[in-house]
Amino acid sequence: MAKGNNSEYKKMIDQQYKDLMKHCELHMEQIEKDLPEPREDLHEILKDRGFSRRDFIKWTSAMTAALMLPPIFRPLVAKAAENFGRIPVVWLHFAECTGCSEAFLRSSYPNVDTILLETISLEYHETLMAASGYQAEQNLQKAIHDFAGKFICVIEGGLPRGLNGKYLTLGPKGKTGIEVGKEVASKAAAVVCIGACAVNGNIQAAKPNPTDATGVGRALGISTVNIAGCPPNAVNFTGTLLHYIMFGTLPPLDSLGRPVWSYGKRIHDYCERRSHYDASEFVEEWGDKSALKGWCLYKMGCKGPYTYGNCSKVRFNDGVSWPIMAGHGCIGCTEPAFWDTMAPLEKPLDEKTYGGGEKTVDTIGAVLTGAAVAGVAVHAVASAVRHHQSDFFKTAPTSHKDDRTEE
Amino acid sequence: MTKRIIVDPITRIEGHLRIEVEVDDNNVIKDAWSSITLWRGIETILKGRDPRDAGLIVQRFCGVCTYVHYEASILACEDAFGIKPPPNARIARNLISASLYLTDHVMHFYHLHGLDWVDVVSALSASPKKTVEMAKGYSKNPYNCSETHYKAVQERLTKFVKSGRLGPFANAYWGNPSYKLPPEANLIILSHYLDALAISKVGAQMMAILGGKNPHPQSLVVGGITSGMDLFDAERLGQYLFRFKEMKNFVETAYLPDVLLAATYYKDEGLKGVGGGVKNYLSYGGFPLDDDWNKLLFPRGIVKDRNLAKPMKLDETKITEEATHSWYKGKEPQHPFNGTTDPEYTGYDSNGNVKGNEKYTWCKAPRYDNKPYEVGPLARMVVGYAQGDKAIKPLIDSTLKTTGLPASVLFSTLGRTAARALETKLVADNTEGWVNELIANIKKGDTRTWTRCDVPKKPAQGRGMTEPPRGALGHWIKIENEVISNYQAVVPSTWNCSPRDKAGLRGPYEESLIGTKLAKVDQPLEIIRTIHSFDPCMACAVHIIDPKTNEIKKFKVA
Repeated sequence: MAKGNNSEYKKMIDQQYKDLMKHCELHMEQIEKDLPEPREDLHEILKDRGFSRRDFIKWTSAMTAALMLPPIFRPLVAKAAENFGRIPVVWLHFAECTGCSEAFLRSSYPNVDTILLETISLEYHETLMAASGYQAEQNLQKAIHDFAGKFICVIEGGLPRGLNGKYLTLGPKGKTGIEVGKEVASKAAAVVCIGACAVNGNIQAAKPNPTDATGVGRALGISTVNIAGCPPNAVNFTGTLLHYIMFGTLPPLDSLGRPVWSYGKRIHDYCERRSHYDASEFVEEWGDKSALKGWCLYKMGCKGPYTYGNCSKVRFNDGVSWPIMAGHGCIGCTEPAFWDTMAPLEKPLDEKTYGGGEKTVDTIGAVLTGAAVAGVAVHAVASAVRHHQSDFFKTAPTSHKDDRTEE
Repeated sequence: MTKRIIVDPITRIEGHLRIEVEVDDNNVIKDAWSSITLWRGIETILKGRDPRDAGLIVQRFCGVCTYVHYEASILACEDAFGIKPPPNARIARNLISASLYLTDHVMHFYHLHGLDWVDVVSALSASPKKTVEMAKGYSKNPYNCSETHYKAVQERLTKFVKSGRLGPFANAYWGNPSYKLPPEANLIILSHYLDALAISKVGAQMMAILGGKNPHPQSLVVGGITSGMDLFDAERLGQYLFRFKEMKNFVETAYLPDVLLAATYYKDEGLKGVGGGVKNYLSYGGFPLDDDWNKLLFPRGIVKDRNLAKPMKLDETKITEEATHSWYKGKEPQHPFNGTTDPEYTGYDSNGNVKGNEKYTWCKAPRYDNKPYEVGPLARMVVGYAQGDKAIKPLIDSTLKTTGLPASVLFSTLGRTAARALETKLVADNTEGWVNELIANIKKGDTRTWTRCDVPKKPAQGRGMTEPPRGALGHWIKIENEVISNYQAVVPSTWNCSPRDKAGLRGPYEESLIGTKLAKVDQPLEIIRTIHSFDPCMACAVHIIDPKTNEIKKFKVA
């Protein structure tokens, strides 16, 4: 990085951003040329729902910052939002519970996200579409043919590999989930995994993993963008898609394929109960006086210190609440194999998980990173190490060292 | 000659479901098989784990009926641990359940089931003026009802149609003669379809206020609830009530009137008993009004052979599951406490059809006293009606009186859909009372949210039985060495989606299709309408194929 002459440095950065903006403008022009008009006019719907122009500008500002872009990109984010409906999306369901679809239908932060999702050009979505059976299959074939190389394949659900994949069969011809996944993913511009099941198998991959289930990336041998969580926040998906519309590339990912802009920080670092942790004020059992005062849930098994995500910042259901606010610890649902590595869920992790041996509450961060730093400072270190790794890995192929059940 | 029709995937449901039927030369369904095409093995995964973790794990059975497995598992543990949660926790759980009922039933009627009754394309030709008049005939103050609004909805739709990219509305059965609503009625319900997308978020927020998030709330623990800070905060309860009133208004001015509107035009089908199914109904009882579950909003019991004059008590020991036709080992009926879940997949026949005489689904066959039973809103209303329940009987009687229909209309696809709307009203009528009950209890100085407990050292077993939106739900847990040694869940869709048993008796979905006539065999609208009326919980679609060539396109209407 350039140091010393500040104005030189500033010029260089300015030029970089100018180039990036140019790239972004060209890419969006291309999109507008290549892809059909959005079915729905975003601004009309916004008006319909009582959102002013000002609300929209506020939202685009927040989204620009969330995507780690400087304010000059705001108009481009706005344009990308207007073009959101141009990107054809094929949404597949594999081994899952539809909770992610539900979360996307119902929750939002900020509110414009939800409306953005309404403009999405869903070419295939089993839970929502009117067509069934043969006609549904036809829709799928048409979408992947008409928009080959241009559509985003969103996958909700993991893939069972046992029985040659036959724990999950789909469609009139009884194709396995893996066959359908391969067919659709091979024609997609990008594959986005929504939720812990698609990311690394989630619950069905928990020990002893009876169906040999795993995430889509691993099962199909492809790189995927992983929107982790059970379920994840809708904002993490919309932001990632906006980035794609703007730059034609996916945002920087961490070593687990998660977008850094939304999974780069620890739950613990932005937790509203953090001050109680620092003051050693803990809930000792459910429903005790400290619980009603909102003290730290670490001793009740909260896995916030081990978990990367933005739940503590964006919360759920329009910011109404999130698990720690509701007095229950985090269960680490954005992390790989969390049902095994984070169990028992109501107790702090002991030595069996990370091998370091948790001695006192104060060294918890150290257990995670292996850095022997005591006290509060350790959290800063944990986050810093993490960021460093993220940057390092962002260009590397996604090494899915996720399925701990397999190790 | 019979023809085989396969519907896979059945869309607008949770999960992966295939329906196969055989129709005769008149396109009347003669036989049917329902097959769940996904196995996830969660019961196997639970073994050896801390029983207190089971709730959050089993919640991942389903994100549509989120919360319900969480609660049933916690109830099973509380039974095994020998404890009861304090009143605040019981009431809070009712409030979370209420939010689910209001959200889930509304979403089911409009987004999952509505398009089986409503022809979207026909709504385009409706006169907005007449639409307003019609809406006012079913509600004094219909939801979002004005000429300008109806016009706007039509314009939005026209744009969809013109662009040629109908998205989720594409390639459905529009124009099928089984759609019976006039254009104006189609427009009313369709406009509420769009309103409901927004309103369901409000219901989800109700759940999140006390549950931390939706789907998959995270505030229940064995012995109580963790969201005490929300429960004891007047502002938070106010947020809950405010949203509740919005939901209640939608139920009263959109959902109920729309169901009555649909009933007006589909009543002949109801009177004919289309989609009736097995004649037995079962309810475990739900929404406890006291800490011992003696008083319940939805009563516990069974009705056999549709004999409304002779409601019977529920005997838990008569509940069994068997796997004669399911892809699991073992054939003998087992009580869930001793149930096993060992897969034995045998696939489809060489034509790609289910092997109807052998094993053909991942769904087991639950039976009560060796008979198949329907569970869900209709079962709850039938059981309550037969028992002369003080809330349920008058509600059903007055609705029948308004529509001029006999009680027998209940035993149909239409009846099932109407029962769901009626019980939503029942829940809405009681929710505010529960908030007041909670406040009264807190006023007495009771701030308990948890009953102290630990995993029993000695072997223990327990069951959690309740009534979530889709019907009777039971979880059975066995604990040894302080970890789970066996876990079985018999979920509502297992009851309803059940395959045949060893006596050859069909399950409720299968039975409900027998005798139904399809207007067009390449558009099996009648099949999905009836299947959706159960609110299935697996994701699906309907495919039609010729049994000989196994090719979809070659199939022609006879």
